[in-house]
Formats: sequence, structure tokens, C-alpha cells
Amino acid sequence: MPGFLKEFFNRNGTLMGSLMLGLVLFWTVGLIILPQLSMLDFSFRPNLPPPEIGGPKDVYTLENYKYLIYGPEGGSQDYNAVDLKVFFRTLVAAVCVTIFNLILCYPIAYYLGQTKGNHIRVFALMLIIPYWINEILRAFALRIIFGESGVLNTLLVGSGIFDTPFDFIRNDIALYAGLGYAYILLMIFPIYNVIESLDHNQIEAARDLGAPWWRIHKRVVIPYAKPGISSGCTMVFMLSAGALAAPQILGGPSSLWFTQLIYQQFNDNSDWPQGAAYAIVLLVTCILLVLAVMRLFKVNMGDIGK
Amino acid sequence: MSAGVGVDLENLWIRFGDFVAVRDANVHIKGGDFFSFLGPSGCGKTTILRAVSGFLEPSEGNVLIGGNNMKGIGPNKRPTALIFQNLALFPLMKVWENITFSMEIAGASARDRRKRADELLDMIALPGQGDKLPSELSGGQRQRVAIARALCAEPDVLLLDEPLSALDLKLRQHMRTELREIQKRVGITFIYITHDQGEALTMSDDIAVMRAGVIDQIADGKTIYNDPATAFAASFVGENNVFRGKVLEVRGDQALIRTNRSGDLLSRISTANQGKMNVGDDAMMFIRPEALSLAPTGTQGDHFVTAKVNHEEFEGNSFNIFMEGDGGKELKVAIPNHGQSFDDHSGQDMTLEYDVNNAVAVPAGELAAE
Repeated sequence: MPGFLKEFFNRNGTLMGSLMLGLVLFWTVGLIILPQLSMLDFSFRPNLPPPEIGGPKDVYTLENYKYLIYGPEGGSQDYNAVDLKVFFRTLVAAVCVTIFNLILCYPIAYYLGQTKGNHIRVFALMLIIPYWINEILRAFALRIIFGESGVLNTLLVGSGIFDTPFDFIRNDIALYAGLGYAYILLMIFPIYNVIESLDHNQIEAARDLGAPWWRIHKRVVIPYAKPGISSGCTMVFMLSAGALAAPQILGGPSSLWFTQLIYQQFNDNSDWPQGAAYAIVLLVTCILLVLAVMRLFKVNMGDIGK
Repeated sequence: MSAGVGVDLENLWIRFGDFVAVRDANVHIKGGDFFSFLGPSGCGKTTILRAVSGFLEPSEGNVLIGGNNMKGIGPNKRPTALIFQNLALFPLMKVWENITFSMEIAGASARDRRKRADELLDMIALPGQGDKLPSELSGGQRQRVAIARALCAEPDVLLLDEPLSALDLKLRQHMRTELREIQKRVGITFIYITHDQGEALTMSDDIAVMRAGVIDQIADGKTIYNDPATAFAASFVGENNVFRGKVLEVRGDQALIRTNRSGDLLSRISTANQGKMNVGDDAMMFIRPEALSLAPTGTQGDHFVTAKVNHEEFEGNSFNIFMEGDGGKELKVAIPNHGQSFDDHSGQDMTLEYDVNNAVAVPAGELAAE
């Protein structure tokens, strides 16, 4: 038995130790790893009617992945332009949502983290309570605000700023707002947690030594908050790229999110292998992108967990 | 480094809501001086420092540095550098980057910064430690890095907010000497905040004694110790025995005081209060433990005190006798140890004698908390 396991059992007793270990293993292996492995397995198999499963046609194939790149065999185009476009657009949009969220949330997190007083708790509550409302309702509420005859257009046209209503939905503004809003807390709280532990004297020391406010942030606050920023950005990026409800409700008719394609494959086309392949591509690409960005900004995996 | 820029506080009031943190402070700090604000915690000394550094705008009155009014000038624009109580070194920057942070802000090249850092590291006796992180240094070394970081900004005035309080006693005493030496070498004005009278007395040219937002006395250490202006200054700085009473008679610069329990005693009136103490006023008289000596038991007179001995202790350099004193406080006498034999007098009456010049009378007032 490796040393750390021995210590773990010594500390918790055999019964409690086995129980805890069993639960953690059940969670990671049973609920995460095995289902994902079966998805991976699906993605390499052809979509067959049930009687043929396990039959001679049930062989491993790259067909589902090829489909994303080249489209249906004998199709009119060389590449699957529609799906690829949706795929890259989703990634770019998720990056944009992440950056937009960071710009919006960093000042809020900084204010919450560095200000003393009871009103901070009220602010935090005001941020949390809207999340008791479920995602679908929140998304539809945004539709009411951004719709053609919605609150915002009524105001803009009524006050004479616009002559005709602006189509926030078709221009994806509603979608970005919805996605941004959906994950705001996941950006604010990791950053807030780190900044709260930053000694205010360091900010004052930097100021005393002549630094203007933006250099204090650049040199003192942001380097300190880096673990929180990376943790927040990773979560927001992963969740926006994988979001379904907000694109479904707030997306324009012509703008599909990649998750919607996956959903269509699973649900509308009943093509699980194809859906699984798409999902795996999205997952792997997102992970690689996150790792690359972490490397670029010299963030360690351990920092994310902070 | 520009030497000798003075600091003036003119009618300075600082209020937080209804609470008055600093009440009408008027202080003139000479350029190149080592000036200390000495007082218990919560007396407003740190508030004054924050007003000088620019982190706090006074409610009323002015802060002048080198004769220039600092009103509306932010801390990043003032010719001051502050050393924080917890030092506030930047944990993610290397020592040399910490030290030259102000140069980095000013846009100096990495090469110049490195060079300056090495000079300063030599000065604080930490050569070659520039590439370490602050967390890899000891408390005393971090202390010195904080000083170097502040000096690197070439301030006219260095502000120190109890920077030694986190160190252990030995190191603290060592750093006192070192700080004083650095101050003499760079020749700029140091303003030092402390609740430790030992630090204030050993390092300062002048000391302001503060109590509850009020400056009680500004003078050099010797004057404050020997000639306190108020009951608070007398009881806060050094050990002191208090005798309460009323003025019975004023004889020039001396007063005869009818004490509550030790008879009529003669005392010098402190310089600040001469001509201000009148017959019948409530007064307090202070005699230091080392200014009392033993006299034949039962001797009467206006500079003899007789009281019962509660207990005695041997402190090495002195024998300490604790006797029944005034207002529940014990009367402490320190007899220097010359190797003489010393009997236990517990429970007996003993008579003490003092030189009238070593007793000082001030108007009755608030005493420092023990």
C-alpha cells in the first residue's frame, strides 16, 4: 500500500477510510470516467439499428470524426463548412464571453474583496439570489428585455435614440448578454476569494511608492489574483462553450451553437455515435485551448484549485 | 538625497464621524530630525502618519512638507515613503524588484534598477540576496528590505509605522541602533510611530507624547523623562510613582503638596506648568523608583515618605521594594545593587528620602493605563 494511502487509513480508520475512498472512487470512476469512456467508445462506432449492434458491421471507425471535417460522403462540398463554422464560431464566442466577463467581473470582485463593511454581504447576496431563479426563466427574462418589442427597444425607440427597434436577438447581443450573465458568479467568486486575502497595505505601499492605480493592478493585484482569474476564466469558458439553454433561447434563428448541433445529433437524428464524436471534439479542443492559455500565462494546474 | 525637509502640522483635526481621532495638533518637525510620536494604541498616532503620507485628508488644518501645503496631493505624489507595520513587501516580486519598485514606476531600465538594488542591498548588509523572494528571508532581513524599498524612492521624509513591533526583543533592540544609523547616514527626516517608549527614547531627537488624540508634550527624550508636562506623560514614559494631593503652598518653582496619605511633600513644578499651579489645585507628584533611597526609619520632613513594605524582589541590577502606595497602586523603590547585604523588610514600615529636584509636580490628570 502506498504511504499516503496508509496515512489516510491511519487517520480516518479503516471503516471511514474505505467509505470515503469508495465514495470518491464511485464519483470519479462510476459517474465521470466510465460514462465518458462509453461516449468515447460510441464516437468510434457506426450508427446502427439495434439488431445490428454487435454484428459484423459494428466495427471501430473514424467516420464520425471525418463527418465533422468533410461532411457526408459524396456531398456537394469538400468540407463540412456549416458544422465547422458553427464549431469555430462557438469557440470564438466562448472566448469573447470569457474576456467580456473578466472585464466586467474583475472590478466587482476587487471592490467586494477590498472593501470592508456589512454592505458587502448585501451586495454578495444581491449577486447570489438571482441565481435561485432557474436558467430557463432567466434566459426568457432576457428575451423580454432584448426582444423586438422588448423593454430595451421600447425605451430606445421611445426616447428617440433609435428610429426602428434594433434586433438584439438576430445580432447575438442577447445571446452574449445571456451567456455572460449566466456565469458571472463563477467569475466573480474565485477572483473575490483571492483578492479578499490580499493585504490592503500592499496596495497602499505601491501607491505610496508612486504607482498610479492601473499600475498597482498590473503589478500587484492582478499577479496576486492570477489563480482566481484563471479559475474563473476556465470555468466560464468551459461552461459557455458547453452551454445549451442560453443559445437555444437567446440565439438568433441563423446562429447555431455547437452544443445545439450535438443535441440535434443525439435527440433529433438519434445518431449517438455522431453526437458523441462532436461532443468529444468540443471537449478535447476546449481542454487543449485552456492548457495552452494556462501555459501562455504561466499558470499551474494547482492554482486553478485555489 | 535631499536633506533636511521639515514637516509641519498646523491646527490638524481628524474626525471619523463623531469620533475625534486627532484634536488640534500643532507640530513642527525640523528637517533631518528623527521624530517620534509616542502613545498607547488608539491615541491617533497612526492617523497622523496617514495624514502626512496622504492616505487620509485631514478634517481641518494643514500638513506642510518642506513648507508646501500637501492639501489634495495624493500619497503617490508626496515626497514621503511609508514603512508599514507589517512591512507590506510584495510577496510575488524578488527582493531586488521590491526594492526598486519606485524606479520601475518611474520607468528606469532594468539595468539601472539592478545596480541601485545592489547598492542598497550592500547598505542594508544583505549583499547578493536580491534574487530571493521576501518569504525566503528572516524577519530582520525583511525589515531591512522594507527600509531599502522606502529609501530607494528617495523620499524627503521617511514615515515608519511601528515597523519593529513584529520582531523579537533582541532583534528589536538591534534594529533600533541600525535605524538610527541609517537615518544619520541618509540625513532625511524620519517620523516614527511607536507605543514603545524605549524605542522612542533611544532613537529620537524629539518625541511627541500622545493621548486620546491630543499631543500632551513635544520635547527631547530627556526632557520628557525628567520634566513631563502632564500626568499622562509622567506615567506613560518610564516607571513612575504617583502621589495625589492638593497644592498647599507655592514657593517659586517648587510646590508643597498635601498628599492623600504621605503627608506634606515638597516637589519641583514641571517647567511646562510653572506659574500655572495655584494653592488649592488638585495636583499629582511623581518620583521615579530610582530617585528614592532609604532613610532612617521614622525621619520626618517634606522630602521623606514612610510606608509599609508589601514585598521585595531582587532584579539583578537592583533590589525592588514595593510599598503601600496611593490609590491602590504600589510605591516602587529601586535600590541599586552594589553587592551590599539586603534584609527582607516585608511587613515593616520604611522611610524613603528623595531629592526635591527629582520630584516633579503637575496638575492632576489622567494616568496612563498599566
